[in-house]
Amino acid sequence: MPSSPRPTVTAPLSPHLQIYRWTWTMAMSVFHRITGTALYGGTALVAIWLVALAAGPAAYGWVAWFFGSILGRLVLFAYTWVLLHHMLGGLRHFVWDVGQGFDRDKRMALARGTLIASVILTVLIWALALLIR
Amino acid sequence: MAEFALPKNSKLTEGKTWPRPPGANNLQEFRIYRWNPDDGANPRVDTYQVDRDDCGPMVLDALLWIKAKVDSTLVFRRSCREGICGSCAMNIEGQNALACTMGIDECQEHAKGKNPGAKKTGAVRIYPLPHMPVLKDLVPDLTNFFAQHASIEPWLQTETPAPEGEWKQTPEDRAQLDGLYECILCACCTTSCPSYWWNGDRFLGPAALLQAYRWLIDSRDENTGERLDALHDPFRLYRCHTIMNCANACPKGLNPAKAIAEIKKMMVVREV
Repeated sequence: MPSSPRPTVTAPLSPHLQIYRWTWTMAMSVFHRITGTALYGGTALVAIWLVALAAGPAAYGWVAWFFGSILGRLVLFAYTWVLLHHMLGGLRHFVWDVGQGFDRDKRMALARGTLIASVILTVLIWALALLIR
Repeated sequence: MAEFALPKNSKLTEGKTWPRPPGANNLQEFRIYRWNPDDGANPRVDTYQVDRDDCGPMVLDALLWIKAKVDSTLVFRRSCREGICGSCAMNIEGQNALACTMGIDECQEHAKGKNPGAKKTGAVRIYPLPHMPVLKDLVPDLTNFFAQHASIEPWLQTETPAPEGEWKQTPEDRAQLDGLYECILCACCTTSCPSYWWNGDRFLGPAALLQAYRWLIDSRDENTGERLDALHDPFRLYRCHTIMNCANACPKGLNPAKAIAEIKKMMVVREV
């Protein structure tokens, strides 16, 4: 009995990320991951600042100079946004965890709101900080 | 682990451009994923022109028109043509849907302004359900999907002796099943979920979890504890990160994300 000569082929994987249309909830989920990871770096900044504070005036002066420089301020501005975005994302997940905000309009508004509110809050905090210093 | 890129054998290539139907003056372009296990080549995207004046309004009508008039080798699943069998689930213009209930104009409208690729060519792009092994053209292998559904034991489980007649339920208890029993297992939701893409071997996915919840809140089912035990796992249930693609994709308008949130709530409630 001749067996069929059909070659064994590995089935291809159908395209996914390459073709799927982005939605707000999908994008904000990715943002939540990225900002969460970036917070490791942010926490390191806080640790550096605290260590310098404990190490004495020379070390603190150097760190204070860096954080006060244009590059330093940009880093801190980004850190502020990352922190706020992740915090608001956490609150959004809290709303969903209690079983609310699942309707189409509500879930899209929550996702959009996270981004908009995080940007507004970041600018507000910096405006306030620059005003009172 | 998340593997964002497609494997080598799955990368898309430009396919054949099929001839225009002669004498047609209301053409719609379709770009369709093709893969044939017999020729050993990579998947390709073929271009077809459909005569809208000679074809019904739905995406499935266009696929059937192509198969009948242009290219009989195009393979896809279909049966009821009215959104109840779930066979013709596929990725249309970047979102999973049933070809039979998605209008050609509607899916174009969907994509407008949101998808530069679609705007440029004006083509309707059709792929198999995402991140699945492909058997041929638009036909994915759903073996794992159905096995996961079976794993949640989708039937009534009771301890008390069966009553003389049927198992009774108040209208309120019955209403708990609305928005759940309508699921047709088309796999649109499960294959739209990025978490399922990356962990589909261990995460049960939206469809199986919606079905799990359908039995968890059934007032007649007496196996709630064991059902929850079986789901209490970092992957089976908790890989859901509320990305909500499932709820956006469901052609029956159901909300698997909400059902999953309700299961997570039940997990907490039983511990307090």
